[in-house]
Amino acid sequence: MAIRTVSRTVLYLLLIALSLFYLMPVYVMLITSLKPLDQISLSEMWQLPHSLDLSSYQLAFEKLAPNFMNSIYLVIPATLLSALLGSLNGYVLSKWKFRGSDWIFTALLFGMFIPYQSILIPLIQFLREAGLYNTIPGLIFVHVVYGIPITTLMFRNFYASIPEEMIESAKIDGAGIFKIYQHIIIPLSITGFVVVGIWQFTNIWNEFLFAVTITTSSQQPIMVALQNLSGSQIVQWNVQMAGALLAALPTLLVYIFLGKFFVKGLLAGSVKG
Amino acid sequence: MKKKALLFIALAFTLLLSACSQSSSSDDTNNKKNSGKLEIFSWWTGAGEEDGLKALIKLFKEKNPDIPVENAAVAGGAGTNAKAVLASRMQGNDPPATFQVHGGAELNDGWVAADKMEPLNDLYDKEKWNDKFPKQLIDMVSKDGKIYSVPVDIHRGNVLWYNKKVFADNNLQAPKTLDEFFKVADKLKAKGITPLALGDKEPWTATMIFENILLGTLGNEDYQKLWTGDLKFDDPKVKKAAESFKKMLSYVNDDHSSRNWQDASQLVAKGDAAMNIMGDWAKGYFVNDLKLKVNEDFGWVATPGSEGQFMIITDTFGLPKGVKNTKDVKQFLSLLGSVEGQDAFNPLKGSIPARTDADESKYDEYGKQTMKEFKEAKLAPSLAHGSAAPEGFVTKANQAVNIFVTQKNVGQLIDSLNQASSELKK
Amino acid sequence: MEPKVLPSLQSGSSLAVSAKKRRKWNVDHWLSFAFILPSVIAVAVFVYGFIAWSGYVSLSNWNSLVPDLSFAGLKNYLFLFKDFRFQADLRNTLFFTLFFILAVLFMGLMLAVFLDQKIRGESLFRNIFFFPMALSFVVTGVIWQWLLNPATGVNLFLKKIGLDSLWYTSVTVIPGIQWSKIQFGVPVAVIAVVIAAAWQMTGFSVAMYLAGLRAIPEEIREAARMDGAGEFQIYRKIIFPMVAPITVSVVIIMAHISLKIFDLIYAMTGPGANFVTDVPGVYMFETTFRGNYYANGAAISIIMLLSVAIFIVPYLISSRKGES
Repeated sequence: MAIRTVSRTVLYLLLIALSLFYLMPVYVMLITSLKPLDQISLSEMWQLPHSLDLSSYQLAFEKLAPNFMNSIYLVIPATLLSALLGSLNGYVLSKWKFRGSDWIFTALLFGMFIPYQSILIPLIQFLREAGLYNTIPGLIFVHVVYGIPITTLMFRNFYASIPEEMIESAKIDGAGIFKIYQHIIIPLSITGFVVVGIWQFTNIWNEFLFAVTITTSSQQPIMVALQNLSGSQIVQWNVQMAGALLAALPTLLVYIFLGKFFVKGLLAGSVKG
Repeated sequence: MKKKALLFIALAFTLLLSACSQSSSSDDTNNKKNSGKLEIFSWWTGAGEEDGLKALIKLFKEKNPDIPVENAAVAGGAGTNAKAVLASRMQGNDPPATFQVHGGAELNDGWVAADKMEPLNDLYDKEKWNDKFPKQLIDMVSKDGKIYSVPVDIHRGNVLWYNKKVFADNNLQAPKTLDEFFKVADKLKAKGITPLALGDKEPWTATMIFENILLGTLGNEDYQKLWTGDLKFDDPKVKKAAESFKKMLSYVNDDHSSRNWQDASQLVAKGDAAMNIMGDWAKGYFVNDLKLKVNEDFGWVATPGSEGQFMIITDTFGLPKGVKNTKDVKQFLSLLGSVEGQDAFNPLKGSIPARTDADESKYDEYGKQTMKEFKEAKLAPSLAHGSAAPEGFVTKANQAVNIFVTQKNVGQLIDSLNQASSELKK
Repeated sequence: MEPKVLPSLQSGSSLAVSAKKRRKWNVDHWLSFAFILPSVIAVAVFVYGFIAWSGYVSLSNWNSLVPDLSFAGLKNYLFLFKDFRFQADLRNTLFFTLFFILAVLFMGLMLAVFLDQKIRGESLFRNIFFFPMALSFVVTGVIWQWLLNPATGVNLFLKKIGLDSLWYTSVTVIPGIQWSKIQFGVPVAVIAVVIAAAWQMTGFSVAMYLAGLRAIPEEIREAARMDGAGEFQIYRKIIFPMVAPITVSVVIIMAHISLKIFDLIYAMTGPGANFVTDVPGVYMFETTFRGNYYANGAAISIIMLLSVAIFIVPYLISSRKGES
């Protein structure tokens, strides 16, 4: 029993030490954001601020507010549309399989792993031709298209757990593809929608490469605006850190309140274990 | 069951919200396309520069209340993000009404060569600007006799900043030649003070030191010949400059590659390092951000060996082809080039005006002295900031310098620059 | 759903029903195509079509502001493989990927086993290890750049125990065998990026392993205990082999993240002195959008794609086979 107590203690100590390690960056981000600029230097970064200074938050908020709204306008439709498409695809590819449907699925999945650099140059050319360059609808479009693989995968895995007999018996009752989707699949996929929604929300919110190359100035989402806080020649670290916290807030909140679903999404998105 | 219903309502609500937001955002873009706003494209989003731009826009609105203006600044990466965005917009024939561009190769070998700019000779004649800007400066924004942009500010790229207290404590004088520099540096090193602060996390800072030494070693004419291909990079004088550069690098702080230029300036401000070679935006950082006093806490001289020379970095604005509201744009450019406009912008940004007849009383001690030297000194375009050579060459030169800072292999640096010089003849 | 009563099948109508069923199935069959058609077309054009288009650009002469799509053959690829920077990128990516995956696997498995010991406050600990995944790589890069700076932070502790605090900016490559233009080996500075990346992504493997551990029925452990096996033995002989397939998934997911990494390094270290922390993603961005070398940039992106495909395609195919 003594060994057990000792090893339990060691276990807790280890866990606490590792937790501190994982929290350390947040500590630095917090204290830096609360300092005035002249107290910020590399050699003082660990010290608590001499006095509380919220002005960097005010400044960061002033600058980021419009882009924050851009991100909202971007993330919500993009998340919903890609979840809807994913649900349809997942439904067909799990419950209405046809010859070659598995290969189509595999071909779709590949799109999830490509480095987006490999389509960036044609994509920008295309968006310009279509008049969607530098618009939020353009960015929504991009995220919906490149979100198809992951949302399809998640829904397909999710629907795989719906027993085949339910579908079969509905078919025997004369229900068609629409009816089954409407009356069986949709009511059963609320959790699926929440999981996929949270996943897409987080990803699109945090995305940088598309955002920085497709939108400019007033159309930019928050992550690019965060970079912009650094200005062209002078970096205000306190404002940058305050901005980083503000920009991370929605995804952090989602994580704090709906973390369970976030983790579910994580597991669902990992192809097949 | 209740839970599910709640979730469903939430889902329905978000759907509704997004429907609204989508329609409103597409409205926005439609409006933007139709209204013909005067869109001013720049990368001025940092402290100081943004204030300057806003002051300028405010002034313009007072004079032209009926012209709607949009500040389309794109920030990050010292203008690199903005340049990328601009490139794709220009290629898609969706140019902003006017945009920030460095005078020299960035303008001439970039947009003018690609036939994307309208000449502004008529505007220069109308405003009688031809003798208000230095001739060398007008040459930098001209190609084949046509003038393509209006310079708004001037920054100097060959300045050595030093900590006055450190120098006074050690009885040192600011070095004027490279030999003096190395003597001073040796003394400082012996005392355990880092002689030269460098922050080359972004390699252009090291490229600036190299171009400063090149200018000092080669002299103005030969320096300019490098960029036209009339002087080869394997010239012995270039080698000599590279050797000096190499020697200078032995005096820098160990952690230079993790610092950006502000972190390096901070070393000088705090007295951990004695000197720093940087463009004069460093003054803005010293004064505005670190609250140091001009000529009390820090002093400056031209980079050793380059006295009487002025490494120029100028922000200019031009008129792209295919812009509908040409008249409005010219109205804005007139203000940019006026004494009033330049004096509204430059004191806030910490730069000096491009015109030689601006109101000196609005500028600080450094500004006054630099304005005087700007009139007298020989101008040289900066490589690191895209004025001397096309972007393609600058990218490769930065890569070569980045490798050189570590490997200190002079032969290799010369080879790389020589290879890259094929870009210059384009 | 209202439960429907099945109409009892009368012997006479069975033929008619099956005919009806077949026709119905056919309509639905076509409808099911219609459901997925938009997505299939979108992916065909925007993934496969655009990859082909990038491939074409990579074979062209478009290396300036003005598009020039004349055929250049493999010129851009040959240039890259002789380029110091690109050779360094390949080396850095190799070691970054290797260490990053090892760190994520090791930390993930360790933390998952810890959390699986029925400890108090498990959900709190779990959340602490998971939350970095909700952050953007840009944010992570900015913070860790602060933390690992040689003049401060973590390095001040290291200095006290006599370690060199300059590892973050070190240009040392161990062992540094000359290979073509570069020194081959482990670039010390890459370790800093590995730490930041692992900090953000460990939660993923913790979640995966934890799910795997939880799926193992308690009876198996009980039975092993009855046979007199110690806790360590149970893990080594029974549990670890059972979660081994998870490792494959984690490796694949982490490999594709690390092979295309861009924003983290862009925000954190940049290319680094002597390009010790440069990666193809950063090179592609800079050469395309800073230097206007579109064809070179496209060539880099195609090489990135191929390196990812080497991992992903066999994995996708084998998981397809395993399913059917």
